[in-house]
Amino acid sequence: MAGQEQQRKDHQRDDEQPEPGAAPAAGQAQDAQRDADLDALLDEIDGVLEPNAQEFVHTFVQKGGQ
Amino acid sequence: MTVRRVMGIETEYGITRADDPAADPIHLSGLVVRAYAASAGPTRALPTGAGWDYADETPLRDARGYEMARALADLSQLTDEDDPAVANSVLSNGARLYVDHAHPEYSSPEVTSPRAAVLWDRAGEEVMVSAARALQGQEVPVRLYKNNVDGKGASYGTHDNYLVPRSVPFADLVRGLLPFLVARQVICGAGRVGVGPASQLPGYQIGARADYMETEVGLETTLKRPLVNTRDEPHASAAVHRRLHLIGGDATSADVGGLLKVGTTSLVLRLVETGRAPELALQDPVGALRVISRDTTLRTTVPLEGGGSMSGLDILEAYLQACRDALAEEVPGWTADPDTAEVLERWGGLLDTMREDPMRACGQVDWVAKLALLRGYRDRDGLAWDDPRLRLVDIQYSDVDPTRGLAARMRAAGRIESLVSTDEVHHAVASPPEDTRAWFRGECVRRYAAHVRAASWDSVVFAESGRGLRRVALPEPEQGTRAQVGDLLDRHSDAASLLGELASTGA
Repeated sequence: MAGQEQQRKDHQRDDEQPEPGAAPAAGQAQDAQRDADLDALLDEIDGVLEPNAQEFVHTFVQKGGQ
Repeated sequence: MTVRRVMGIETEYGITRADDPAADPIHLSGLVVRAYAASAGPTRALPTGAGWDYADETPLRDARGYEMARALADLSQLTDEDDPAVANSVLSNGARLYVDHAHPEYSSPEVTSPRAAVLWDRAGEEVMVSAARALQGQEVPVRLYKNNVDGKGASYGTHDNYLVPRSVPFADLVRGLLPFLVARQVICGAGRVGVGPASQLPGYQIGARADYMETEVGLETTLKRPLVNTRDEPHASAAVHRRLHLIGGDATSADVGGLLKVGTTSLVLRLVETGRAPELALQDPVGALRVISRDTTLRTTVPLEGGGSMSGLDILEAYLQACRDALAEEVPGWTADPDTAEVLERWGGLLDTMREDPMRACGQVDWVAKLALLRGYRDRDGLAWDDPRLRLVDIQYSDVDPTRGLAARMRAAGRIESLVSTDEVHHAVASPPEDTRAWFRGECVRRYAAHVRAASWDSVVFAESGRGLRRVALPEPEQGTRAQVGDLLDRHSDAASLLGELASTGA
């Protein structure tokens, strides 16, 4: 499973490469760092998300206010 | 003192009971208010048996000059009829904590700077966290969300309020504000999974409230919601002041977005007051609000009256430039005090960042921070926009609990930039701003709780044993400050002696 997810992500990043061999700009380096940070963040959040998303979202019903 | 003015933020929190999602939200909201008041104690929060003084509330008066007949009003517009079943408290920080419709609401004390608005808004989150902890101790697992939508059609408000001189024609305010309010979501939107009021279409948008604004100008707040609300209820001397009540904004978790929401609005009001607002008019403001909300690339443009079109960033840039010009030309009323400089620097910096790549604002603006998370999940797990996990992330982003709440966690980890420290927030939970009448209100709660029978934005009502009620009016929001009445309160350790001096001086 994890391998498949990794492949999908790698595939997507390939799509986003602008020019083969182009020198990465500082912004792109920052963005790469941001992607790595994001992966770590998602792993952390996985541990705190309400366990049953379907059920939670279904029952999250509010009354209208102002 | 360009950006400074009296302002405040009201937030209705989303609410559920974890072990009983069908629990009555009105009852549950009442429990939140009562639990906070009971756990904080009388010197931090007036007991909920104390009242709100409704003498000066006029929710049906319209800024356009007429009053709606009470019989015609939708029942939910009648916020001023005292209902003993509904809990209300006034806090020692000058805020009001009560049940509004079916939500617990924290109405911040009056502040005079955008930074203070952020601080006392964050204090409100902390009040909700404390209330939830107190209820957890009573085995009532309540969850509170600083958001504005349930994704199924219901929306509840976060209102930002600004004191404006009555002398400024209301029509000028409307004309000057509308294009700005349409574009403002770009720098402070909370983001939302789902498009359409009931999320009929899958997708993501910038403004959580964008699909719920239906008209440009109007009196209502719960139906036919307007971009500019005309409720003429100044909570102050009506001959001098107007309270501009904006109902279209989103609750913010990111401090920079929150600072810019009120900071840029206050500056735009200054533009209107000094006759410097850009000459801009959108062909269809409500339609433009939705178009801008639905384009996370920020490139889409919306048509102007008289030809041409602008993007949300273009519109915000035009207002920013008008502010910079007013400062450069030393227009009376415009000075680069530190609060003004901070807002202008943040505003310009954010627009530049967003022009390069909106996603680089993920540490400053909620809609970007949330979108980065959601894209991460979509990429990693291949989720479609209508996947319940993405909708869960959207909702749980705003959970106020520091462990569960995603924004709270990201803030604690430094992923979302904080403008205020935890210590400052804790101080603001207990203490009022010193430079408005909130100081008198909050300090009366803290010092004379046993004798304060009721309060409101512009009054504190004392009960004197054997002598009935005594109402101290506070019609001027910038009077009753620590500088003005600090010595007075320090002279009197009990309410009777304070009232004695007030009576002898004819206050």
